[in-house]
Amino acid sequence: MIEQRPVAAWFSHTVLILGVVVVAFPIWITFVGASHDAIRMTQVPLPLLPGDQFFINLKAAFVDGVGNAKEQSVGIMMFNSLIMALMIAVGKIAISLLSAFAIVYFRFPFRMMFFWMIFITLMLPVEVRILPTFEVVANFGMLNNYWGLTVPLIASATATFMFRQVFLTVPDELLEAARIDGAGPMRFFKDILLPVSRTNIAALFVILFIYGWNQYLWPLLITTDKSMYTIVMGIKQMLEAAEEAPEWHLIMMTTLLAMIPPVLVVIGMQKLFIKGLTETEK
Amino acid sequence: MAKVLIEDIIKSYGETEVLHGINTDIADGEFIVIVGPSGCGKSTLLRMIAGLEDISSGTISIDGKVVNTLEPKDRDIAMVFQNYALYPHMTVFKNMAYGLKLRKFSKKEIKVRVDRVAKLLQLEELLDRKPRQLSGGQRQRVAMGRCIVREPKVFLFDEPLSNLDAKLRVQMRLELRKLHKRLKVTSIYVTHDQVEAMTLGDRLVVINDGYTEQIGPPLELYEKPASIFVAGFLGSPAMNFLSAQISADGNSVQLSETVQVSVDSVNRQIIAEKKVTFGIRPEHFSLSDKGKTGLPLTVDHAEFHGASTIIYGRLQGNDELITVRLPHVHHINPKTVLMLTALPEHIHLFDPKTGKRI
Repeated sequence: MIEQRPVAAWFSHTVLILGVVVVAFPIWITFVGASHDAIRMTQVPLPLLPGDQFFINLKAAFVDGVGNAKEQSVGIMMFNSLIMALMIAVGKIAISLLSAFAIVYFRFPFRMMFFWMIFITLMLPVEVRILPTFEVVANFGMLNNYWGLTVPLIASATATFMFRQVFLTVPDELLEAARIDGAGPMRFFKDILLPVSRTNIAALFVILFIYGWNQYLWPLLITTDKSMYTIVMGIKQMLEAAEEAPEWHLIMMTTLLAMIPPVLVVIGMQKLFIKGLTETEK
Repeated sequence: MAKVLIEDIIKSYGETEVLHGINTDIADGEFIVIVGPSGCGKSTLLRMIAGLEDISSGTISIDGKVVNTLEPKDRDIAMVFQNYALYPHMTVFKNMAYGLKLRKFSKKEIKVRVDRVAKLLQLEELLDRKPRQLSGGQRQRVAMGRCIVREPKVFLFDEPLSNLDAKLRVQMRLELRKLHKRLKVTSIYVTHDQVEAMTLGDRLVVINDGYTEQIGPPLELYEKPASIFVAGFLGSPAMNFLSAQISADGNSVQLSETVQVSVDSVNRQIIAEKKVTFGIRPEHFSLSDKGKTGLPLTVDHAEFHGASTIIYGRLQGNDELITVRLPHVHHINPKTVLMLTALPEHIHLFDPKTGKRI
């Protein structure tokens, strides 16, 4: 039922505006913090209005470098994060699509066993098996590179499940029509199944990109070389300044910059994202 | 164009056998309708011809070549599905062109063929649309177009009209018939709708419970059904069946103690005093002249269909339900007793045990 009375409209608007304020306030503080100099950020009360140091701080983050020894450029960390997030998102989608395709459309021996094996990995996220995983990655010589950052996070049961559900809703007749038209299994996958699951892939991409971008624990373990630091762990490292006060103005600037790529992905793919989660017609 | 030969086809899923040895040969350019109630195995048979379902035993050959183990794409067939199965992300043009593209036709050839078929099916305006922007009838035509462009040896239809509304179904039925006259491609059509079967087919194959009941031209099946099943399945309203006994002299059938009907005994192996099932179609009754003898029917209810009147009633004497169809409008009140004459040449007798025609 849709409520039409003006009181209800006022009420719901008030609630929504309050919600927006609650969500937006920390972001505003971050922006304000990023636009003051180091001294102002150590004085109380903290400023609530932007200062005039924004572009100076921006330059400091990108050109001069941040961190204890001022040697890390935010640009490099963002680039590392971007590569990691993209590799995780694309890799997960590619592997999940193929494994779901195999499980749904092929009758091979031990099919259900494989299915349940994939299922069981749901109970073993990276955090649980972090030591053995580290051991394996180290033995493969994948420390301090992009492969080490991403490969252990790529195998994913959730995405496989989602695609399995999507494929199960694709009518069998579509496969049969394609077979009669002369399409082999991979042809069918490429020409019919992928386009039909386009919106679901986009939705999953958004979720996985943010998942990858926000990774903290795993990059912390796997990277010791500063040139491989990702931005999320970089921010944490900046807070742990041993002898001096944390440089809040630069931390805030870095945080602000770290928020931009996920926001862009969400805004850019919003339409497909919503379609992918709500559309049921195949 | 090709002959299709179906020999001793058996289909079983594990222990359960669903088709018990089907035999048919389909001539070049013939329109065959496989008809039967839901779950009788008719779609399974079609899917076996298409290659979408394995053959448990028996052989299917198309154009003299056994196709049992061939992939669907190598059988040179095309199929129209009940829900059309159009590729939702492709335009009408691409839907029709997809099969040709996979068969490595040149772009030019594809364009020529699709345009020709689009013209034939009046789809020219719709070539750039996606399937979801089309009405049911248009989707149906696209699904047919997708088959026609391929110029296959055999068309297979799996209840293609059942998702359309009644009016469109009649129209598409006519179009299908016309199309077949033009293209003269061997066609196998599965339906559960006996009207579709009667109007479309050159010959019908009636299947019940995995057995072939009868194969033949529609009128032959209608006039000389080989079994109670065929007799009851074809025709609407359905044929009336009464239990009866052949009289001692073999010239008539005793429907009850008081009512008997004389039967034409030519071509029938009539055994005196044998119990039989007496079948007669609703339209094969006529009203007897006043005062004459006949089957006395107490009217329960009458329906006026405009061109004809359908009367539901009970036979006096044994209370069996009878449906009668009389031409024109008859105003008949319930409880009226009508005297009916069953036209002797249209009486069917069946063996009640085997269900076969006598």
